[in-house]
This record gives sequence, C-alpha cells and structure tokens, in this order.
Amino acid sequence: MSLLRAPQSRRSIATWYRSGGLSSIFFALPLVLIFLYFSWGPIVRGLVLSFQKNNLVAPPEWVGMANFSYVLTDPQLPQAALNTLYFAVLALIFGFPVPLFLAVFISELRKTGWLYNLVSYLPAVVPPVAAILLWTFFYDPSGSGVFNSILGWFGLGPFAWLNSQTLAMPAIVLEATWAGAGATSIIYLAALTGVRTELYEAAELDGAGIWSRVWHVTLPQIRGIILIMMLLQLIGTFQVFTEPFLFTGGGPNNATMTVLLLIYRYAFINGDFGAATALSVLLAGVLCALSVVYHFVTRRWSTS
Amino acid sequence: MSHERGIISTADRQRGLIRYGLLAIQVLIFIGVAIAGVGPLLWLLKSGVSTSQDILSGPMQLWPSGIQLKNIPDAWNRVQIGAYLGNTAFIAIGSMISTLFVCTTGAFVLSILRPKWGPVLTGAVLATLFLPGVISLVPLYMTVLDMPLLHISLQNTFWAVWLPSAAGAFNVLIMKRYFDSIPRELIEAARIDGASNLRLFTALILPLSKPIIGVVALLTVIGSWKDYLWPLLVLPDPRLQPISVALPRVQKTTEISLQMSALFLAVLIPVILFLLFQKQFLRGVGMAGGIKE
Repeated sequence: MSLLRAPQSRRSIATWYRSGGLSSIFFALPLVLIFLYFSWGPIVRGLVLSFQKNNLVAPPEWVGMANFSYVLTDPQLPQAALNTLYFAVLALIFGFPVPLFLAVFISELRKTGWLYNLVSYLPAVVPPVAAILLWTFFYDPSGSGVFNSILGWFGLGPFAWLNSQTLAMPAIVLEATWAGAGATSIIYLAALTGVRTELYEAAELDGAGIWSRVWHVTLPQIRGIILIMMLLQLIGTFQVFTEPFLFTGGGPNNATMTVLLLIYRYAFINGDFGAATALSVLLAGVLCALSVVYHFVTRRWSTS
Repeated sequence: MSHERGIISTADRQRGLIRYGLLAIQVLIFIGVAIAGVGPLLWLLKSGVSTSQDILSGPMQLWPSGIQLKNIPDAWNRVQIGAYLGNTAFIAIGSMISTLFVCTTGAFVLSILRPKWGPVLTGAVLATLFLPGVISLVPLYMTVLDMPLLHISLQNTFWAVWLPSAAGAFNVLIMKRYFDSIPRELIEAARIDGASNLRLFTALILPLSKPIIGVVALLTVIGSWKDYLWPLLVLPDPRLQPISVALPRVQKTTEISLQMSALFLAVLIPVILFLLFQKQFLRGVGMAGGIKE
C-alpha cells in the first residue's frame, strides 16, 4: 500500500503546487490572521481568563472556580440579571409589534409608502449616542422638561423619568424602540415583497376580512424572518450597554443595572479581568442555550 | 407595485367605510411617524440656535426669544465637532476597507479555490457566529493592549478599531454564499484562458460581486458609526475619538446651547447623507435583512 501511495502523494503535491495551492494559502492569510488575533484567540483567551486572577499588573494566577463563585454570589448579579430580563421583555413588548405593524401598513400604501418609509427610518440615522443625549434632555424631570411640558398640556405629570426607579427602564426602552423601529421595519418590508399575493385573492373569496388576511396570509409567509428578528433582538437586548450606561449609569439605585454594565464595572472600574470574563462566559452560555432552545422550538412551529 | 394587489383589494377600497377609515388611519399614522421621525430633529434645529436660557426654561416654545446663529460655528470650532466627525468617517472607512479585504479574499478561498482544508476553515468561521460578542470583549481589549507574539499595543491607534471589525463571521459567510452562486463555467472559462488566481479574483469575481460588496460595506459603515463601547475603550486619546465617544465627554464641560448645536451638527450630516442616498441606502439595508433569513 505504502509503495503505491508514495508516488501518488508526490504527484499530488506537484499538482497541488501547480494548481495554485500556494496562492490559496496567501488568499486565506488575512482571514486566518485576523480571526486568530481578534476572534478565535480572544474566545479561547476568555475561557482561560475566567479561571485566572488577572488585573493586567501582576502576573496571572490560576484560581479555579473562584471567579465564578465570586460573580455568582455578588449581590448585584440577581438585580442586574432581572433588570436585563426586564429590559428584554419590555423591548419585546414595545419594540416587536411596532415595526411589524409599520411594515405591513407601509407595504399596503401604493403611492406614498416611500415617504412613510423615509420618515420612519430617520431616527435610525441619528447616531445612537446623539439620540441618547437628546433624549436625556427630553426626559428632564423638571416641569419645564420637553416630555413633561407636553404631558402638562393634558394635565399629566410632571414625571421623574430617568430619576425614578420604576420609570427609568421603560423610558430607556422607549428610546431604544424609537431608535430601532425604522431599521427593523425596513427588513420586514423587504420580506413582505416576497409574499405571494394570489393568496389574498383566495382568502377574500372565502370571505376573510382585512385583519384575518393579515393574520392568516401575510404573517405566516414572513414567519421565518419574524422569528429570526425576534432571536436577534433578544440576543441584542441581553447585551444592552450604551443606553443604560449613558442614560443612567445603572442608577437610580441600580434600577437600570444590566449584566453588561456589571461586566464593564468589573473589568474597567475594578480592574478585575477574571471576574469580568467569568461573567461574560456565563452570559454567553445563557445566550447560546437560548438560541439552541429557540431553534428547536421554532423548528417545530415552522414545520407544523 | 401599483398594479399588483395587496392585502386590501380594489373592491375593498371602493367601500366607503374602508376608504375613509383607511384614509384616517393613514393620516394618523403619518402624524405619528412624522412626530417621531422629524419632530426631534426640528426641535434640535430650533434649540441649536437658541440661548441656553430659552432651552432650559421653555423647551417647547415655538419661537425662541432670540436666534443665536453663532452657536453653530462656535460648536464647530470650540467643541471641534468637525474634527470628531472626521475621526468618525476615518474610522468607518478604514473598518470598511479592512472588512472588505478580509471577507472577499477569505470567501474567494472558501468558495472558489476550495482547498482541502477549506471546510475546516469554514467551520471555524461559522462557529464564531453562534458565540455572542460579549464573550470576547475583555480578552479582545487585552489583545489590543498587548498583541500576542508582536508585543505591540494598538491602543490609541485607529488599527484597534479597524482590525477587530474585520473579524466578522457574518460578512465572510454572506460573501461566500454569494461567490457560491457565481456559475462555475465562468470560472472554468477564465482558467482555460490562463487567468491566474489573482487575476481571477480581481478581474472576474470582484466585478461580479458588486451588489454584495455594497451591502457589506454599508453594514460595516453603519455598524462602525453606531459603535460606542469599543472605541471608548481603545481610544482614550480625545484627539482620536469619534463623535459618539466625544459627545458625552464634551457635554460635561460645555454650556447647554453649545451642546445642542454640537448635537445638531452631529445629527445633520448623517441625515443629509441619508436623504441624498435614501434609495440605495434603504435597498441595501433591506437586502441585508433578506440575507439573514
């Protein structure tokens, strides 16, 4: 066998070289190097770091599960986890139906749809940080704040908004929905152009009203993209950082403290990189489990 | 679109209740969308040229007591909005170039050249797609502070933002999928004509892939434009910071009227760019959504 194989392998090296095997290595080099340094490397390093004590100054030291037990017993973690969950649920309630409704509505407009599209996409163009700073001003708790003056015309308020423990999180979600709805509705709109319209004819002949046509004909046809957007939104909201960081910094009284803010605090304020990566690994584990569960649940839905 | 039917049929449209109901809903939604979309921008325009006194005491007054146009040049010069916007654009364009370079060459190997080890590499890239970004935040920061083997620090250089943004599995995979759809006969024909791999790449594959290159470029620019946490971590030097990082920092030290004009300028430029290129922009973003499916 080996006698037979030897000349063949020599020939295959020659053909490999002649057919440009070397150049595939050159072409692959940027991808491999970039991923080694900035993707695969950091992921492996993150797993290693979570079992080490590391503050960038002293040499790293193995500590076993100490980081995990420190993170899991931190009294701030349950609060941060609950807040993150609360944010995700609120964002799903506010932020999920609005763009879907908008997209279905816009797709029905024959001549003016583009105008709605354009105007509703505007908030997504505003740089998120500028939007947050602007909304911080809108949420001014004094009676002369923008939202408080508007509500004052109807005899409501003034509300404390970001300074209130109960209102701070809904206020952040409201801004996030405002900023994100246009971009999401564009994606639904693109999916809606693929809906087969002859089914509407059939549904109408069967006496289905407008709402039931939307419910039984339109939505099932874009179910795939709806489920994916839902999952992407969940994964995104579980890693929310910029909004609570800039709006409230986690306050008032930790009411908007999220898991990612906690990670930031561990790493870049306390300088405890081990604890920060341990919490990142835990969060990543939860998110992976979530997408696996989601995958199996939705696969059953979409086949049935 | 106009000749094709939608959910609501022509027969429906002729019924009075639906016709006027639809019109009413249309008007109501338009008012809603306009208040949400244009309202804050108009408010910002008004506040950008108002005095601090006016902004604080009567933010919802239709006309400010005096128009202070000099806020705008003040914000441009004293708050240096121009320089920060320049940094933002520089970061976005650099990220776009590095992303396009890595994902086109990578996808070319995985889809066209198809070496024996290709599937392993595809698998390794695909695997990172399922891991959320949070897992590598801290180790990525440490990598940038001290690059393994090279032992140089990328902190306070634009490379710290440009290079990590290229390590996106999604971009590589959609590029690969697009390359996969290029007919193999074209590639074989080019080979028979004696085209080298480099020539195949630059003269055939890249020109054929303009639409997907446009989508990836657009997504990268939007992503880099929106990023906050990463540039905050790796660009502590104020002279290098993009506008997203600089705005919250300068906000603490400037008076409210200047803040508002700074915000106005930061919002104005992307809005104008969007209005100019809206068709291409909305099509590109919509297309990217279709790919996610």
